[in-house]
Amino acid sequence: MASSSQCRLARWVVGGPPLLYLVVFFLIPTLIMVLASFRTPGEFGGLAPIVDETGRLDLNVDSYVRFVTEPVFASVFVKSAWYALLTTLFCLLLAYPLATLIAKSAKRYRDLLLLLVILPFWSNFLIRIYAWMIILGPNAALAKFVNGALALVGAGPVPLLFSGFAVLVCLVYVHLPFMVLPLYANLEKHDQALLDAAQDLGANAWQRFWRITFPLSLPGVYAGAALVFIPALGIFAIPDILGGPDDTLIGNLIKQQFLETRDWPFGSVLSIVLTIAALVLAGIAAWVGRRGTGVRA
Amino acid sequence: MALLDIQRVTRRFGDFTAIDDVSLAIEAGEFFTLLGPSGCGKTTLLRMIAGFDLPDAGRILLNGKDLADTPPERRPVRTVFQSYALFPHMTVEGNVAFPLEMARVPASERKARIEGALEDVRLQGFNKRYPHELSGGQRQRVAIARALVTHPAMLLLDEPLAALDAKLREDLSIELINLQKEVGIAFVYVTHDQSEALALSHRIAVMNRGRVEQLDEPSKIYGFPRTAFVADFIGHCNLFGGPVANRANDVVTVDVADLGPVRVGVAAGIANAAKGTVAIRPEKIRIAASAPEGTPDNHFRGTVEDLLYMGDVTVYRVSTPGGAKVEALLANSQSGRAKFFEVGDAVEMSWPVGAGHFIPE
Ligand SMILES: Nc1ncnc2c1ncn2[C@@H]1O[C@H](COP(=O)(O)OP(=O)(O)OP(=O)(O)O)[C@@H](O)[C@H]1O
Ligand SMILES: [Mg+2]
Repeated sequence: MASSSQCRLARWVVGGPPLLYLVVFFLIPTLIMVLASFRTPGEFGGLAPIVDETGRLDLNVDSYVRFVTEPVFASVFVKSAWYALLTTLFCLLLAYPLATLIAKSAKRYRDLLLLLVILPFWSNFLIRIYAWMIILGPNAALAKFVNGALALVGAGPVPLLFSGFAVLVCLVYVHLPFMVLPLYANLEKHDQALLDAAQDLGANAWQRFWRITFPLSLPGVYAGAALVFIPALGIFAIPDILGGPDDTLIGNLIKQQFLETRDWPFGSVLSIVLTIAALVLAGIAAWVGRRGTGVRA
Repeated sequence: MALLDIQRVTRRFGDFTAIDDVSLAIEAGEFFTLLGPSGCGKTTLLRMIAGFDLPDAGRILLNGKDLADTPPERRPVRTVFQSYALFPHMTVEGNVAFPLEMARVPASERKARIEGALEDVRLQGFNKRYPHELSGGQRQRVAIARALVTHPAMLLLDEPLAALDAKLREDLSIELINLQKEVGIAFVYVTHDQSEALALSHRIAVMNRGRVEQLDEPSKIYGFPRTAFVADFIGHCNLFGGPVANRANDVVTVDVADLGPVRVGVAAGIANAAKGTVAIRPEKIRIAASAPEGTPDNHFRGTVEDLLYMGDVTVYRVSTPGGAKVEALLANSQSGRAKFFEVGDAVEMSWPVGAGHFIPE
């Protein structure tokens, strides 16, 4: 008995502080946001008093109605989801060979290669985005090369910067490590004997990949996809800096509501929808990841 | 023509020679065992047959065709890996179906083939289980069923029983013998367990340091070891080495320094040798409290120094006045008696010339 209560105490000592942290900095702000979404915007921005002049509690669903009835918002959501999906796919295509290479390289190089993958984190996020402004800028070698090539086939020059292309390139660049790391962690554990067995049983390299390596790596793929898709869905700095006028994503919209339009209730509604979308996706990823592989460890 | 012909194969890792000029031929339908201590190159040889490794010199022929340019996936041999290497994301059925799918066996035929293979290893009804839902012995059967389902020319088994407990190992050994007889596929079986090798095989190649020391039937390997290494590795054996004092017809007398002259029979064809070793199995030595009747070919006195009681038999280690240690074994078959001698007892040991085996140097 004593040991079981001791055990419970230990659990609270260890688990308590992080739990407290999550409650204070995650749960409570979320609840504040939920409450704000049902309130009326203030005359000069922010929120109107929760109790109006007549003394009634002023809670309504006006902002939700607005979100549902004005299709422009849903279309921004779809567009954001599309960008996030493309980002996830390109990250996967780039990260899979990279993670495989690292996992297959000699042990003494692996740490170095992993270090190179996370090296960009050592410099500031915004600085890295501005660096892309230079790389994609009209006077940079890349734009000159692309437009030179286009001129050869008679196509007009295209701007690389301030476009959906720039946004996508930078989204992929920023999120790539979040795909590489879980994939590497998964691939590194793969048992060479399984591939030998598959080969022995008649599978060529292509079949070995699609029948053995890839299915076994799915938990890593799902984890990476969730780690890329969800943040990519809500990002605002990249479209702000690198995007054209059409590249307003849901993150920009939310930012606008709070900082420019100063419609806090509507901004809260958009945030809640985004949070729910992210939660649902994370749930699906976890569920598929667990049952899709047949491995219940 | 042999099914598999290994011709003067050598494999080096750096300046270490793992397989040293090995030649052997394996016949169709044979249960062939590679037996040897850890590190002698058994797995290396098996991997070269399967195609995961290539010889530095020599050739491997299957049905007369050189396999050098055939990758593992196109060799008609299958391996049962020591770790079984079952695909964890596939059911038993999925695992067994895998080689059929790779061989493009039509789907309509697969079901029956899978059932047949699972029946061969007595695993019917386990189709929908995942590998982690099986016991070690069951996994091993799935690995065998998976390897057999395409009817390969040859099955390579790398210590398939090593991970199992003793009782299960015995049961599965018997099943393996029966299975091999039933399917008629040549088995190349790797083990470092000599009793397993003796019990299972038609022929055994005893390996040591990358070389084949002896290739023979189990009874020949046991009864007529050609080298001291084989004699010692296969079961316990007393080895008495020394110069040959004299040879009269088919009896050789070896002068053993700490024991005395030991007489042993040799086959007529064996050439004279200046030195040699007499190998004699512990169970061939008569050990008694009283002197034997008549004048036996070999007769030594000693005292029991150690004994190892093993239930059915007891091994007595006897030291002679000269300082030699002789192991003798006695079955505890007489009812009402647990063992015959105690430590310190004086004993008489004797054996005829025919009990020993002469290994010329
Ligand atoms: N890839 C390799 N590189 C270097 N040395 C190797 C390699 N593979 C095997 N060896 C060496 O070759 C020798 C034979 O190895 P092998 O695995 O064939 O032994 P084994 O007879 O199967 O032993 P065990 O019974 O322990 O499995 C060993 O000394 C081993 O260290
Ligand atoms: Mg081995």
